[in-house]
Amino acid sequence: MSRLNNLFQQKNKRILNVYCTAGYPTLQSTINVMRSLQENGADLIELGMPYSDPLADGPVIQASSSKALQNGMTIPTLFAQLKDFRKDITVPVILMGYLNPLLQYGFEKFCAKAAEVGIDGIIIPDIPMYEFEQEYRAIIEKYGLDFIFLVTPETSEERIIKLDQLSSGFLYAVSSSSITGSDKDFSPVETYLHKLQSLKLKNPVLVGFGIKDKATFETACKYANGAIIGSAYIKALESDDNVEMATREFLNGILN
Amino acid sequence: MNETQSYISPSPQGYYGRFGGAYIPEMLHRNVEELKTRYLEIMHEAEFQREYQQLLQDYVGRPTPLYFAGLLSRKYNTNLFLKREDLCHTGAHKINNTVGQILLALRLGKKRIIAETGAGQHGVATATVCALKGVECIVYMGEKDIERQAPNVARMKMLGAKVIPAVSGSKTLKDATNEAIRDWINNPSDTHYIIGSVVGPHPYPDMVARFQSIISKETRWQLKEKTGTELPTHVVACVGGGSNAAGAFYHFLDEPSVKIIAVEAAGYGIDSGMSAATTRLGKEGVLHGSRSLVMQTEDGQVTEPHSISAGLDYPGIGPMHAHLFESGRGQFLSATDEEALKASFEVAKLEGIIPALETGHAFAALDQLSLTMEDRVVLCLSGRGDKDLATYMKVMDA
Ligand SMILES: Cc1ncc(COP(=O)(O)O)c(C=O)c1O
Repeated sequence: MSRLNNLFQQKNKRILNVYCTAGYPTLQSTINVMRSLQENGADLIELGMPYSDPLADGPVIQASSSKALQNGMTIPTLFAQLKDFRKDITVPVILMGYLNPLLQYGFEKFCAKAAEVGIDGIIIPDIPMYEFEQEYRAIIEKYGLDFIFLVTPETSEERIIKLDQLSSGFLYAVSSSSITGSDKDFSPVETYLHKLQSLKLKNPVLVGFGIKDKATFETACKYANGAIIGSAYIKALESDDNVEMATREFLNGILN
Repeated sequence: MNETQSYISPSPQGYYGRFGGAYIPEMLHRNVEELKTRYLEIMHEAEFQREYQQLLQDYVGRPTPLYFAGLLSRKYNTNLFLKREDLCHTGAHKINNTVGQILLALRLGKKRIIAETGAGQHGVATATVCALKGVECIVYMGEKDIERQAPNVARMKMLGAKVIPAVSGSKTLKDATNEAIRDWINNPSDTHYIIGSVVGPHPYPDMVARFQSIISKETRWQLKEKTGTELPTHVVACVGGGSNAAGAFYHFLDEPSVKIIAVEAAGYGIDSGMSAATTRLGKEGVLHGSRSLVMQTEDGQVTEPHSISAGLDYPGIGPMHAHLFESGRGQFLSATDEEALKASFEVAKLEGIIPALETGHAFAALDQLSLTMEDRVVLCLSGRGDKDLATYMKVMDA
């Protein structure tokens, strides 16, 4: 069974997925950040591969991506860093990135390498559904990776059901149709999450975008299997040089 | 992916050959899908057409003249006709598209318009039609471009638009486009994004090309009036994203006798590391929602281009042009900053027309074609040079 399925079988409530950018805050901090996240209660890690033009990300994650690129992060470098990470990191890890760098690296080579080092799934927000079905799905399945689609409050019911069918591991529910890290009011989102619940989807649902503190995490957990925190954590890393301390303090604030 | 039937129209999924499509995050899906299902139907409505044609005539000032440039013709030993898009209201071809898109946006019930701009011409053209229709207008513009195209920033403000600087990356057109897309993600229900070139996810490249195709439609009958034949031997246009070129080429693309000449900005020179010549330096990739040729590093990070002309300072090219390049239907040339400047001064002196720096690149390529007195060359004079006076004055002072 895949690590993701296993996780959701053991625990299907209050799943905390934390996003971090590979090569941020320093080139060598990737593994250290992941280890700290695991030690301090993250159930799942979403590791972002930095890109020059991250359209679906807000200013905080965008800035962390630029910094990571300046630090010298590339896909080959990342795979080198991940070579032995399964020795001490046991939580599921998914890679998030944009299509262009993967096309240059080679999509199949990317999946093969990801599977080889022990990655569990991938999120690529700018892959069109038709191209996924025609080209990428078979490759992703061949290497036993999960692929996670996004849905938003603007997504039609019919399309949500289709995206759920195509996804495995979990479904990523964007909390408001907005880029990551926005400060919008969270309450209208509850209606939407309620709707998702009523659709009886095949995958667990994690809510992302705009989850930034204990309160928003709790709300998300009321209506979904858990939540994804990104910008708020990146901000915490930004203001503290000590990755372990910053991570402990941040996750304590969410979980306790 | 279906093969395209002609060079003009993309497949139903928006592909020109291998290029095009809609590579967008789910957050943009509903808006792009709405546009995709409705743009043709709206554009074909009789009432839409009536209003669009009326505005093109009475507001934009169309048809724009096709001018026989006698002295330049003599210099290049050919017959050179200039399609005078510089005489459009606001000074460039960009308004052909914004007039069309504002009418479309209103029919979609949108209340707020966003746009990106490089040279500021598209920003001004968008601010203009928004003022005309009383719609809120926000224009994203790279910080570097705000500096080098100051007169256009002032115009946008006077027209009531809000200009927001894009401060990431190279602080030019690419980054302004990123910011505009982010704004659209954040405002999914009331906002329409007026893209200024034949780039972006399907249906934008096709929609913008259709709005600009008025350029070649007029050229055909104007050339017939002047020479007795509708078809030129060459059509020449500069390419940033490629909208004036798409419009100038459109009705000639399926006429194999017409040579299609696209001119890119070489910046300091193709191999200088400071260039924007995408077909020479780019590889297949995905940028701003479509699969096309993209200037990028080996790792697939989009590189920061350089051109003296803000409107050509873009690391990509519309998918239609990527296909014209790859299929060999179009010939792609380039001109350096210096060559474009020199050409602009020459056109000013010989014809009494000060062209935009972007268009200077198209003129600079005439030298690279072996033209004869038998040829009928149409060059798209995409815009006028008022916005570039600061740059031109620096050359004169030097
Ligand atoms: C006068 C003029 N020509 C050409 C361009 C380049 O755009 P496109 O390649 O879409 O025609 C611009 C863009 O700002 C422009 O202002």
